[in-house]
Amino acid sequence: MTAGGGAPTPGGTAVAPVPVPAGRPARRRTGIPMTPAQRWGSAVRSLVLVLGALLFLLPFYLLVRNAFSTNADITSPQWTFFPRTVQWANVSELFGDPAVPMARSLVNSIVISSVQTAGAVLVGALAGYGLARIPYRYAGVVLGAIVATLLIPAAVTFVPTFVMVSTLGWVSTLRGLIVPGLFQALVVFLFRQYFSNFPRELEEAGRIDGLGYPGVFFRVVVPNSASFFAAISTITFIGSWNAFLWPLVIAQDSTSWTVQIALSTFLTAQTINLHELFMAAAVSILPLLALFVLLQRFIVQGVESTGING
Amino acid sequence: MAAPGDTLSSARHGSGAVPAAGRSRPGWGRRLAGQQNRNLWFWVFVGPFALGLLVFVYIPIGWSVYLSFFDARNTVTPTVFVGLSNYREMLTDPAFLSSLGTFVLFALFIVPLTFAGGLGLALMVHRARRFKAFFRSVYFLPTACSYVVAALIWKMSIFSGVRFGLLNTVLRAVGLPPVAWLSVTHPPWYWLVIVTLRLWLQVGFYMILFLAGLQRIPTVLYEAAAVDGARPGWQTFRFITFPQLRATSAAVLVLLLINAFQAFDEFYNLLAVAGASGGGGYPPYARPPLVYLYYIALGNQQDFGHGSAGAVILALVIAVFTVLQGRLLGGRRRSDEAAPAGRRRTHRREADA
Repeated sequence: MTAGGGAPTPGGTAVAPVPVPAGRPARRRTGIPMTPAQRWGSAVRSLVLVLGALLFLLPFYLLVRNAFSTNADITSPQWTFFPRTVQWANVSELFGDPAVPMARSLVNSIVISSVQTAGAVLVGALAGYGLARIPYRYAGVVLGAIVATLLIPAAVTFVPTFVMVSTLGWVSTLRGLIVPGLFQALVVFLFRQYFSNFPRELEEAGRIDGLGYPGVFFRVVVPNSASFFAAISTITFIGSWNAFLWPLVIAQDSTSWTVQIALSTFLTAQTINLHELFMAAAVSILPLLALFVLLQRFIVQGVESTGING
Repeated sequence: MAAPGDTLSSARHGSGAVPAAGRSRPGWGRRLAGQQNRNLWFWVFVGPFALGLLVFVYIPIGWSVYLSFFDARNTVTPTVFVGLSNYREMLTDPAFLSSLGTFVLFALFIVPLTFAGGLGLALMVHRARRFKAFFRSVYFLPTACSYVVAALIWKMSIFSGVRFGLLNTVLRAVGLPPVAWLSVTHPPWYWLVIVTLRLWLQVGFYMILFLAGLQRIPTVLYEAAAVDGARPGWQTFRFITFPQLRATSAAVLVLLLINAFQAFDEFYNLLAVAGASGGGGYPPYARPPLVYLYYIALGNQQDFGHGSAGAVILALVIAVFTVLQGRLLGGRRRSDEAAPAGRRRTHRREADA
């Protein structure tokens, strides 16, 4: 984790200079010569890791191969490992196809995920800070009411939430897709845990400088919590980008489709244009792959905090 | 937000320790705002979230419970009260019960496989001498993939039922006939498709959790065990590593089960046919609870009465389940969790076995 910027490019084999941090506790075996049995064990483990890695990369390879192939190449009984000619034309065909609102769906997904992430983190961080740091007689009751909703996952309550949102007239609107996702009890809970362990001395210093609660929060606490904010934000963004059930329920009109709904609609349709579908899928995971390569440290940190507490 | 109050409260904070109560009796407004306006600030911070939670979680759930006692087809303001009959019909509906059975079967496959896979990968990656960061990234990468994209690759490429599918190409190479992976029920090959998809997609997530747990185990324990003559390998795993991962294992198990209970995306995208909303068909097999509920509440019928009753039943099942899990596994875990990460692990008896 401390490897920092050393996140290797996925799929690439040229990762020789991966900075393995020296002096890690895990390196305790260095210096002690291995017995033959240990050497065998180590070799077997390496082999399994390499084979597993190839297996795990296989779906990505298939995605890219099919995205850049012609339909004839994909459906050919003769397996080709790589398209004979790389079909860059598939990109323009996908975005030019009037039957597939790909550009619109991408824009919708970007807007929804960004706004939802920013909103959920802001609302969640504020609430988490209030619960952690502002003494209030009924804070325990409020926290209990929030934590209680963690018992029932949002997916199970999609019928009630749909009833609510449709009553508000928000079906097939961006509001309907964004707003219910702003209030995530888990985000509040994680921020509360985090802020409870925030060094009080820093806040006291801000207070002595004459800052009130908002001043301390926005000028002292937030700037000193950048990495935690980054972790929660990336995790929220990924969840929002890949969300399926709620957009499926709400985005009934094709103008409000997210990328996932557009893909799903054509995947479950009767007739399928394979190369276009695979190109659409490749385009749809590109932003997240970029995120994974650039911000892996924060994503890993986010997974650790959500998983352990979740 | 509330700009005037800002300056007021900063002024008050400046004089920090002076208790407000010592002055003349404050008006009700003051008392409501609390000492140093704390009550006010509490609600400024927590209010937006609390309001959202009320409108988008609590009220809908209440409304849904109300709807579940009515005949509510195509309407959310029903008039025909039917008592418990929606619940009775859902609980005797063979399709609903079989959807619960599908979940149980699915969980029996996916939970142990993902647990063992995540733990195994974590152990191997943890001990890898080279390319540790590379392997971790590769196994974690599928988490970036949505279930829709994964379903697309699984359905249209790897497990495509026609001849050009990857596995059918392999089968033909060894002289076997092609298999229609998703549409044969006898034998139920579709389980292979569904389970491998979720395994590929989520095992890296749990590997990360186990890796974090492994890094928290103090190396002193292994050194002490080595001095006591424990052989590396199975013995150290059995008596040190695994017991030390107890909290992580419990968390992983709970997460796996809850996530399996909510399975929807891959089932829908692998098996549903034609049309995202309504009019679509879904085969009568491999139908987990949320998929069944989706077709009841948002299919052609828009039957919110039965849909709500089903949602209430599922919510109760999962809430009871989570509480039970917490009782069974949580007691010790919570005390673990409370201590600061560095020194929470005490040396356990097992170490000297």
